[in-house]
Amino acid sequence: MTPDERGRFGEYGGRFAPETLLSALDELEAAFAEAWEDDAFRAELDALLATYVGRPTPVYHATRISEQLGVDLWLKREDLAHTGAHKINNTVGQALLTRRMGKPRVIAETGAGQHGVATATASALLGLDCVVYMGTKDMERQALNVYRMELLGAEVVSVDVGAATLKEAVSEALRDWVASVDSTHYIIGSVVGPHPFPWMVREFQRVIGEEMRTQLKRPDVIVACVGGGSNSIGAFSAYIGDPDVRLVGIEAGGYGIATGKHGASLSAGSPGVLHGSYTYLLQDEGGQILEAHSVSAGLDYPGVGPEHAFLRDAGAVEYESVTDEQAIAAFHLLSRTEGIIPALEPAHALAWVVDNADALRGKTIAMVLSGRGDKDVQEVAGRDG
Amino acid sequence: MADSGTGRIRSMFFAAAEQGRAALLPFMTAGIPDPESSLAMFQAMTAADGFEVGIPYADPLMDGPVIASAGRRAINLGMTIDAGLELVHQVAATTGKPVIVMTYANPVLQYGIDRFVDAIAAGGAVGMIIADLPVEEATPFLEGGRRRDVGMALFVAPTTTDERLERIVAAQPAFLYGVARLGVTGEQSELAATAGELAQRVRAATDLPLVLGVGISTPDQASEAGAVADGVIVGSALVRRVLEAEDPERAAEALGAAVDELAAAMRGSEL
Repeated sequence: MTPDERGRFGEYGGRFAPETLLSALDELEAAFAEAWEDDAFRAELDALLATYVGRPTPVYHATRISEQLGVDLWLKREDLAHTGAHKINNTVGQALLTRRMGKPRVIAETGAGQHGVATATASALLGLDCVVYMGTKDMERQALNVYRMELLGAEVVSVDVGAATLKEAVSEALRDWVASVDSTHYIIGSVVGPHPFPWMVREFQRVIGEEMRTQLKRPDVIVACVGGGSNSIGAFSAYIGDPDVRLVGIEAGGYGIATGKHGASLSAGSPGVLHGSYTYLLQDEGGQILEAHSVSAGLDYPGVGPEHAFLRDAGAVEYESVTDEQAIAAFHLLSRTEGIIPALEPAHALAWVVDNADALRGKTIAMVLSGRGDKDVQEVAGRDG
Repeated sequence: MADSGTGRIRSMFFAAAEQGRAALLPFMTAGIPDPESSLAMFQAMTAADGFEVGIPYADPLMDGPVIASAGRRAINLGMTIDAGLELVHQVAATTGKPVIVMTYANPVLQYGIDRFVDAIAAGGAVGMIIADLPVEEATPFLEGGRRRDVGMALFVAPTTTDERLERIVAAQPAFLYGVARLGVTGEQSELAATAGELAQRVRAATDLPLVLGVGISTPDQASEAGAVADGVIVGSALVRRVLEAEDPERAAEALGAAVDELAAAMRGSEL
């Protein structure tokens, strides 16, 4: 769906941002709308997606794991895209748009580091200055990605407040933007933030679902992990409204929903405002945002894209969660059974399939394997001792 | 009615203008240096014309490190929205000066807009400022404010286009908060050139009262900003003094002296 003129998906979304940013949001909305209708822009983006990113990414029939679980599982291999995750679809698009708007500098936030690497990559490709904000806790658990960003010419700025993870990195990037908006575009990494970001990032990620439609016979179930929710919305958007396809988004259950230490905004949160948008989030009674928890830095976020909030209330997508432990077990399972080490984020989606294998028996399931797991090897090794 | 919120805001600007100066509105986070001593901070700022009381929010997008850390400190010391509203009441009752409540959208939405407005009106506050609320999202807040005659501010920034300025003025806020510089709150070595340019544009567009804030920290800067606006907000420079003080007594002394200096500079006289 297209958000209304106020940038709302139903009641969710909007623009809860300091006035200083509003002109830039207006400008961005107009620039994106125009570019998206411009054949030359689309052709340039498509050419880069084909020759630089490596699209279309394949769909792989995971036969060994299918046999083991008694389901028919297909993996959309976003892990094979350049830089190892779906994030690059969005950053190449936004970097092209940045150049079109005549801005020389971009900023980004990153949790797991994948979006930071993808932004640094697109910036190197198009000759843009790039600054990436990253929580100090995430910099520790994703040290390899920090170095990758630096190799690509980006400056990584550590954010050492609060939980020092993704939420704080987004806040700090927005503060930078408030001061630099004249010369800088904020390449936000997911379908979050003030309008037009949730809509624009969704459009850049739609390519995932559109390719799946041509590559796969209509599956019974599509499952994807949901942090901010960009890979899932990219896949779902091509199937929404099809009553024969069940759409399932998997949030980070952390230590378990009952412990309160998780990242499951849709499953266990309530509506409010975070980072410019009205959506489901984790908060206390006074409206203070709570810390999320997930073994996966990319899902360690107390909010979610506003379109997901709308889809949840509309019953168009089911949202479930799995724990850290289940996700790590699925990480091992896919590594050993198929020879694919997944990122911990999509390992959550696989964990749900494992957990529901009996109910899913005989069903065709398409799962978005949103990223590869190199970045998580150290984290998992540390846990396994 | 004499006690009406918007009426008292207008009177404050009018009284200062009668003396040939702008009104001085210090910002202070509720609950620092600790919730018990917070009221004394406001009482120490005797040269203020009114106050901006910040109800702390842990993810303040419009605030730099000083005010952000003050908010986290207050929250960690147990400051809640209810405690903040009680402080607003005490500040208004004991100083007799106009009190404007500043916070972010989410705490108000969770509290309930009408309930929030009722609470600040009952506490004697005259206005409210919501830092992450542009005119597009402000309608329910403006309506809530009008119902209890609590004057809602809307922001204008150096980046605000003429078309947006027109829309903001048309929404009829009680006053305009001019963002003096591109950036979040924090001390600066000089007043940004954008402050004067913005004030000029606003003056040409409307008679609504204009206060300038963000990046105004020294007496000279306050005086310069005061020359082109109806009111001046100083925040980080004062909050920092409270955070740095060894104890609440010294914090109050430092604060009182700093506000005296700001007021003297804005009157155009030395202490």
